[in-house]
Amino acid sequence: MNVAKSAIVAVANEADVVKVRQAVRALALEIKLSLVDQTKVVTAASELGRNLLIYGGGGEVHLEVVQQGLRNGLRAVFTDHGPGIADIQQAMKDGYTSGGGMGLGLGGARRLVNEFEIVSNATDGTRVTIIKWR
Amino acid sequence: MQDKIPILQIEDLLLVSIQVDMHDRLALQLQDDLTSKISETNARGVLIDISSLEIVDSFIGRVIGNISAMARVLDAKTVVVGMQPAVAITLVELGLTLDGVHTALNVSRGMALLRRNDFTQ
Repeated sequence: MNVAKSAIVAVANEADVVKVRQAVRALALEIKLSLVDQTKVVTAASELGRNLLIYGGGGEVHLEVVQQGLRNGLRAVFTDHGPGIADIQQAMKDGYTSGGGMGLGLGGARRLVNEFEIVSNATDGTRVTIIKWR
Repeated sequence: MQDKIPILQIEDLLLVSIQVDMHDRLALQLQDDLTSKISETNARGVLIDISSLEIVDSFIGRVIGNISAMARVLDAKTVVVGMQPAVAITLVELGLTLDGVHTALNVSRGMALLRRNDFTQ
């Protein structure tokens, strides 16, 4: 996979989550995602960006335009150095929350993108990678 | 950064048009402001125009649900109008169905709904 363009957004407060949404929207427009796909990937990024803040104590988002063969995609990597997720399967379930939310963030975000990967442990924190292909 | 969303009063209705990309605290602020305003003005209905919102994620969805529930407890009806089709598709896929929240396609239909005598929630 080639990386054509990249951006980094640090997330330390609620206004930064808005910046993540805007940065994702800009790249989604650049690779000409349809309006529905733009909306889906921006919504997924909003959920994951908020998770960085609430569960990870802040973190950063790396955004990239990636190319595989003839197709373009938008990859976003959400990294925090928080306490990690003890039970990922449980955290992915709709309705499960440890933070007082609705419990739709992780599972919902996964449904809105094409590729979703989550790596988490107590030492390094949590890293969620999503890709939306055009 | 804007720190308040204006609430307009038209007779016994309150009208809110969300025109900014809301961060979470701003959404909570709106929830508080609307609830106080309903009791202050004895409003019978609340119309929330979200036609400028490019996304509704689980947090904003929850705030909309809360506003509707709080208004109901205060004897006011809530209608959310103008949701963009792409937002509606995304919301349902995300898993949010906004149960208990009344919607209408646009402001005039929403007003008509709030004015109907047999409209209850």
